Amino acid sequence: MMKYWARITRSNYRNIKEKSIEVFFSAISITALLILIGIFVFLFITGIQAFSETSPAEFFLGNDWNPSAYTTPRYGTLGLVTGTLMVTLGSLIIAIPLGIMSAVYLSEIASPKVREIVKPVIEMIASIPSVVLGLIGILFLSPLIAGIFGLSSGLNAFTSSIIVGIMVLPTIISISEDVLTSLPQEFREASLALGATRWQMIKMTLLPAALSGIIASIMLGLGRAVGETMAVLMVAGNSRAMPRSFFDPIRPMTANIAIEIKEVVKGSLHYEALFAIGLVLFVMTFLVNFISDIIIERQVGRFKW
Amino acid sequence: MVNDHLKQEIYFMSFRLATFLSVAILLLILVYVFKEGVGVIDMKFLTSMWSHRDITSGGIFPAIMGTVFLALGVSIISIPTGICTAIYLNEYAKDTLLTRIIKLAVRNLAGVPSVVYGLFGLSLFVVFLKLGTSLFAASLTLGCMTLPWIITTSEEALKAVPVSFREGSYALGATKWQTIKAVVLPHSLGGILTGSILGISRAMGETAPIIMVGATFFMGYLPNSPFDKFMALPYHLFILATQHSSPHAREYALGTALVLITLVFILNSGVFAIRYTLRRKKEW
Repeated sequence: MMKYWARITRSNYRNIKEKSIEVFFSAISITALLILIGIFVFLFITGIQAFSETSPAEFFLGNDWNPSAYTTPRYGTLGLVTGTLMVTLGSLIIAIPLGIMSAVYLSEIASPKVREIVKPVIEMIASIPSVVLGLIGILFLSPLIAGIFGLSSGLNAFTSSIIVGIMVLPTIISISEDVLTSLPQEFREASLALGATRWQMIKMTLLPAALSGIIASIMLGLGRAVGETMAVLMVAGNSRAMPRSFFDPIRPMTANIAIEIKEVVKGSLHYEALFAIGLVLFVMTFLVNFISDIIIERQVGRFKW
Repeated sequence: MVNDHLKQEIYFMSFRLATFLSVAILLLILVYVFKEGVGVIDMKFLTSMWSHRDITSGGIFPAIMGTVFLALGVSIISIPTGICTAIYLNEYAKDTLLTRIIKLAVRNLAGVPSVVYGLFGLSLFVVFLKLGTSLFAASLTLGCMTLPWIITTSEEALKAVPVSFREGSYALGATKWQTIKAVVLPHSLGGILTGSILGISRAMGETAPIIMVGATFFMGYLPNSPFDKFMALPYHLFILATQHSSPHAREYALGTALVLITLVFILNSGVFAIRYTLRRKKEW
């Protein structure tokens, strides 16, 4: 009888231990969710207060951002948003063709040996800190651009598009390459058996099949371009005026937050307005990531063999 | 037919060029930073305190140590949390609504701009929890930022352990936790380690968040508690490049950039070495 009870308690003890370990892990895994909610809540609480003194219409549609004006401070973000959109668009125009072509080369054309060497090198580009790329932009690229186009300063939307394009490139290459590599071998064999050249196989079979995955890689790159801070802070020229061309200096939303947040009084309207910009950025990137997530999920489900 | 092959050659050649252009960009950056920055690097530059008045008489020692302390702080915070989350998601979690929401949160956190993490850290850690602008607040902020990367790569590593390994362990009478501890973790440790190192090396180069939560340009001493401010390499080179009036600021910024890139690349090449040896060892 004693022996029987001892066994029961031992297995109970074991069960309790197993159960509590599981509870411990599940409790910790909630951290990620709490952080996401926390980001939204803390940005929202502070950011929303900005609208007690400035109207949403002025905030979203006004193009004059001048919080330290002596007479009437202005909190219009349209110029900043335009700056962000210009850099994002410009960087994607550079990174999309280069990225997709490199992905096709690595996955379909390059010999395994070349791929083995080039892939880590591309990953290395992703690990260069953005502040270093910004430094290259200031010291090397912007004088070059100013010289080529005969501008007084090379710190403008065009130069920052190139720098951000370089930063986005590895994201587009590595995800597109993954998608292409994951396509079933049968696609390639069937296409070649019908007499297609390898280029026709890539163009007519592989690229259409990988299209949604490639789009998702572009969306993720877009998210990175929108959120990029240091490089644009250093290279974009920091002008608050509404930009008219790609050769105008601009100030994207991220750069504006990073420049001004150190100088503002905590709790002032200016401080709250910067949080409101942060909230807009958060919502923008959240939507972009959410949509690309759905696209990737579909792509993965499409060709399960 | 000849035409088709010619076309193919032209396309393939342009693809090859695109790839080599991408590689060339990296090499160009490295060569430029090395060539322009290596001149200022000597023992004094690496090991002496920063001198504000005459920058040529001081070094970047406190900035190097600040970045190292920060990397350690971030590791302590995000690596254990990330690994535990990955274990839960991959080993325990059933496909419930909560699990899906957590996975969604992890993927979305990875896409939140670093400057937004900075605002979050400023309002939660610095102001609300009253930690002040400090090494501790910066470690927590960057810890939140690296967490999703570490979770994602650890999950991949756990997934790569074949199910048959777990079944073998269960068949021998092991419990779930015993299986994880004795079978799953040892076999995924390499992947978890490489993912974590990559995450930390990216955090070391981050600048925007630490501007807001604790980095400072000038400090005559090393931080002597987690509640001190600190100097950091990326912020240091940012100020040198944009706001410093000394005629030597340019080469000192490049020298600092070279030190930062070298630190990051040392960590990265460690990762490649681990990956390479692991691939040779795995035979399943």
